Amino acid sequence: MDIFLQQILNGLVLGSIYALIALGYTMVYGIMGLINFAHGEVVMFGAMVTITVISLLTSAGIVLPGPILVLIGLLVAIPACMLLGFTIERVAYRPLRNAPRLAPLITAIGLSIVLQQAAILIWGRNYIPFPPILDHDTIDVFGATITQLQVGIVVLCLALMVGLLIVVEKTKLGRAMRATSQNPAVAGLMGVNVNTIISATFVIGSALGAIAGVMVATNYDQAHYYMGFMIGLKAFTAAVLGGIGNLGGAVAGGILLGIIESLGAGYIGDLTGGFLGSHYQDIFAFMVLIAVLIFRPSGLLGEKMADRA
Amino acid sequence: MNANKKLGVFIASAIALAVLPFVVGSTLGNSWVRTIDFALLYVMLALGLNIVVGFAGLLDLGFIAFYAVGAYTFALLGSPHFDIHLPFYISIPLGALCAALFGLLLGTPVLKLKGDYLAIVTLGFGEIIRIFMNNLNAPINITNGPQGINLIDPIQIGGFSMGKTIDVAGFALNPVHMYYYLFLILTIGVVIMAYRLQYSRIGRAWVAMREDQIAASAMGLNIRNIKLLAFALGALSGGVAGGLFAAFQGFISPESFGLLESIMILAMVVLGGMGHIPGVILGAVVLTIAPEILRDVIGPLQMHTFGRMIVDPENARMLLFGLAMVIMMLTRPEGMWPSKRRKAEFEDAKKG
Repeated sequence: MDIFLQQILNGLVLGSIYALIALGYTMVYGIMGLINFAHGEVVMFGAMVTITVISLLTSAGIVLPGPILVLIGLLVAIPACMLLGFTIERVAYRPLRNAPRLAPLITAIGLSIVLQQAAILIWGRNYIPFPPILDHDTIDVFGATITQLQVGIVVLCLALMVGLLIVVEKTKLGRAMRATSQNPAVAGLMGVNVNTIISATFVIGSALGAIAGVMVATNYDQAHYYMGFMIGLKAFTAAVLGGIGNLGGAVAGGILLGIIESLGAGYIGDLTGGFLGSHYQDIFAFMVLIAVLIFRPSGLLGEKMADRA
Repeated sequence: MNANKKLGVFIASAIALAVLPFVVGSTLGNSWVRTIDFALLYVMLALGLNIVVGFAGLLDLGFIAFYAVGAYTFALLGSPHFDIHLPFYISIPLGALCAALFGLLLGTPVLKLKGDYLAIVTLGFGEIIRIFMNNLNAPINITNGPQGINLIDPIQIGGFSMGKTIDVAGFALNPVHMYYYLFLILTIGVVIMAYRLQYSRIGRAWVAMREDQIAASAMGLNIRNIKLLAFALGALSGGVAGGLFAAFQGFISPESFGLLESIMILAMVVLGGMGHIPGVILGAVVLTIAPEILRDVIGPLQMHTFGRMIVDPENARMLLFGLAMVIMMLTRPEGMWPSKRRKAEFEDAKKG
């Protein structure tokens, strides 16, 4: 039972990070109908910039409590990633808005390569450890343990998701975003500046991505130029699992994927009599995805879309 | 073009293709012949993917899985790993058949999926295959895990092995040269297959399905069968290329079959001109050769201009390659050499 609870807790932490990144994918998809393949790289830049800022501060001899240092790092990383997201949309997607779907997919992949190589130029090819400024005190939950940091990650994720939902559902910007996603041309006629809204979507998604990147880096105590690829892939899987374009779906898909993955890693050995080990964890995620899509071809919470000719 | 002129062009290009490895080998070195061999393999792969993505309009992000299946089938049937040594004319068709079966295996559950949902499932399928290859070394060692399979038999015709350099009338015939001709013959076979398919009843059915699935099925097309056929036939040429790759390299490991490879092949199809066979061939050749040219140019250029290495050449090479992909797509979203039909569609879309 302890193992079960422990895996659920681990899955919840992992899943809420997935969900935060998945929101970035799903927002862009909802508005433009395109997979922003470079989003994983934004996540990676968020982690890298934060680590750099923290190392600079500590090496300059500034002594501050860990969380404050992380906050300062984030205050630099979030605007940097917002700018990055804005630039990505401007350079790679806007000129191709009326091109067939595969063209922006290829520019996104090209940009991903460029950003990864740029990260190698700046930070090198090695794993960068997260500075040991946060303490990993554990809390006991019915025999399972969770660190305070992880509790913080989950709480912050939930707060950000609620915040995003409020923005999308209650504000004028959110209404404009929803209008643009339903029909950009008509939204434009109603006085919505579609270009601004699309930029805003990328900027918000990138800010969430930057925060998620820092969470990944603190959770695993390291960052790497290639980290955005796998985490982006998982988050995108989560977004599709929940029904892409649907914010609630991204959250549900992310948390579900995180829990399935850690339960899978914990139990796959027992289930198969030791035949398959925990390194099949990634298979679990994709198997579940395929199974869900067979029975619900537009994801868990996705609406059944009418065929567009 | 009249018949005589056509024949002239045909003979000229046949001669050019026949002497190409020797000209390149003696001027630029045999490593370039090797690059050309790889370009041919990628042409086969890109044409296979073009059937799925270009003709039938099904976005497949896990195509490398079929290449992997072909390569592993060949390797397991011709290496000391299981101590089976089947001749290539059995193991390559078997590999292609296995790949086609995997194509059906993938195709069946995803029949109802569309667009990006299909893309992500195919991507997941590719990853599943790779993870299995990485981990199927315990409890029974099938794929030898991350170490991969070594000492794969080279292709042997009669008593004659393509793995060793031989002397033909004082002329050194390297393995890279021999494989070039083998790959060339098979590539031509795949090109002919692709052309025949394109203009066949099946090819027209694929286009009809790509343009409007509902209208196509209303016209009496069996969508299920033609979709599965697209997956299976695409996988078939992927499997052939995989078997050749295993024989050519003599070594395979799961590392060669990552998602990035799938994406590169997709980039070849899209950058070349989706659905247009000459365009796809061009895309595959350019994307295989361009990074190698960059490799040869960047290092010396830096030494020449700055007197030292400013940027790690490998790093700069990939950076430029990514940039080139973005710029190409922005300037020619329809691809380098699109078909007339696609070009016309683009011009229509531009006029709005």
